Amino acid sequence: MISRDEFRTIAGNGIWKQNTSIAQILGLCPLLAVTTNAVNGVMLSLATILVMAISNLAVASLRNFIPHEIRIPVFILIVAALVTVVDLLFNANLHELYLVLGIFIPLIVTNCIVLARVEAFANKNPPLQSTFDGIFMGVGMLWTLALLGAMREMLGNGTILGGIDMVFPSLQPIQVLPESYPGFLLALLPPGAFILLGCMIAWKNWMDARAAERNKLKPPTPVATAGCS
Amino acid sequence: MFAPAPFLLKDVSVSQVMIQVCVALIPGIAAYASLVGPAILVQLVIATLAALIAEAVMLKVRGKPLALFLTDGSAIVTAWLIALTFPPLAPWWLVVTGTVFAIVVAKQLYGGLGQNPFNPAMVAFAICIVAFPALMSQWPSVGLQLSLIEQMNIILGWAPRVDALSGATPLDAMKTALKLGDGSFDVATLLANQDIYGNFAGRGWEWVAAGYLLGGLWLWHRKLITWHVPLAFIASLTLVSGALWLYNPAQFASPLFHILSGGAMLGAFFIATDPVSGCTTPRGKLIFGAGCGLLAYIIRVFGGYPDGVAFAVLLMNLSAPVIDLLTQPPVFGMKDKA
Repeated sequence: MISRDEFRTIAGNGIWKQNTSIAQILGLCPLLAVTTNAVNGVMLSLATILVMAISNLAVASLRNFIPHEIRIPVFILIVAALVTVVDLLFNANLHELYLVLGIFIPLIVTNCIVLARVEAFANKNPPLQSTFDGIFMGVGMLWTLALLGAMREMLGNGTILGGIDMVFPSLQPIQVLPESYPGFLLALLPPGAFILLGCMIAWKNWMDARAAERNKLKPPTPVATAGCS
Repeated sequence: MFAPAPFLLKDVSVSQVMIQVCVALIPGIAAYASLVGPAILVQLVIATLAALIAEAVMLKVRGKPLALFLTDGSAIVTAWLIALTFPPLAPWWLVVTGTVFAIVVAKQLYGGLGQNPFNPAMVAFAICIVAFPALMSQWPSVGLQLSLIEQMNIILGWAPRVDALSGATPLDAMKTALKLGDGSFDVATLLANQDIYGNFAGRGWEWVAAGYLLGGLWLWHRKLITWHVPLAFIASLTLVSGALWLYNPAQFASPLFHILSGGAMLGAFFIATDPVSGCTTPRGKLIFGAGCGLLAYIIRVFGGYPDGVAFAVLLMNLSAPVIDLLTQPPVFGMKDKA
């Protein structure tokens, strides 16, 4: 089974240390496209969490039977099957949101976060640990996308929770800035996402540097980053 | 083509250069103020204050000496260029947003003066025209006479923004009319409308351009800028607009109109000559200036924005490192490139 320490390491890695969006800088394409408000970011992250948890579980269970040479096609097949399920679920139950998120739900298949965790973790670890890894990597993505989405929509529109009515029809977006706020369109465009993401990465590095200083330890060696779609 | 000997130069400090750039802007500002009234002076003050405060905060955060960098004047030049390129009756927060973005993101986050790959003032213009396209295209109608108090009220948002403020620039008005596409307008009939157009270009605006030209020539005389960028800028703008004008004078305005309209003169002498974000080699400067002129013409005539100088300069800023690399003059004693 899983020890307490192991669980804490996996959770810490997913949520902060190897956070997909602000440490590994993976999955930038959906990040830029859907975080125009917090709700979109959260819903895409929830879909990704579901896919990652189950695909990590499936791959970890099958890892001893998958031939090493053809593992990538096998992973993709598993992930694609799961994404199809999620895609159909969104289409049936959250149709309005499905129209907003559009192509980015099917594109979870090609999201390098999913493939990276399957290849780097689930392929080498037992099922339980792998499932937790999938969940917490997704949770890390969830809070960064939620924060980024909230900042972008607040700057861009002066609201928070825009689009919440697509998930819970009884709720309404909250206007936090006065009605006369002119709206800073740039924040809703991709450059705004890049600039704010840059600020969040700087904030994480600053927090890490402070923590390292407090512990009188050498700063952790940066995780090798490789961006992709 | 390389800079000839002697290579000895006067030891000029950054602040001396920046003060002289500000002085060189004065003729243009004077013509501008006589055209639109004291609003432009209010905008200059607002932009200067915003730039200095943003600069001070960023220097403090970055742990740099405040006094040394605040007094170098570079923030003031950026602020003045922003105030001069924004609509003179824009609300105060628009100018402040642009200035703060220029200083904080385009300048200080990249490492401060000397490290910025893009011209901060043009970044401010580009950001604001993308984020607030309507406000950035509202220019006061020519001949609109408002007192200082009325103008202050409009800038500070205490008075409603009246319709007379929502004019287009002469350049934009001409493009919109020509683009209607039914052929009912040609350049000659448009220019005959003496409400908007003077002898060569926008009424009154041609004198602003002449003021910038005067200041620019003085900068060149003082050897603070070289002739390469402005000449290449104006030459390429003249060539491309002249070629199209000769091809179809009814649809394309004359080179003189283009040189004296919009941000061409300000861009050629004060913006494209920025030593930090532009090219440094003589041949590179020629390519840089020519590229700015060509792109500015393409964007302002065929593009969707009122003027193209800002985007042209930013695009050429992006290319400047490569141009510099490819135009390095040979090392002394070497026949070919080192």
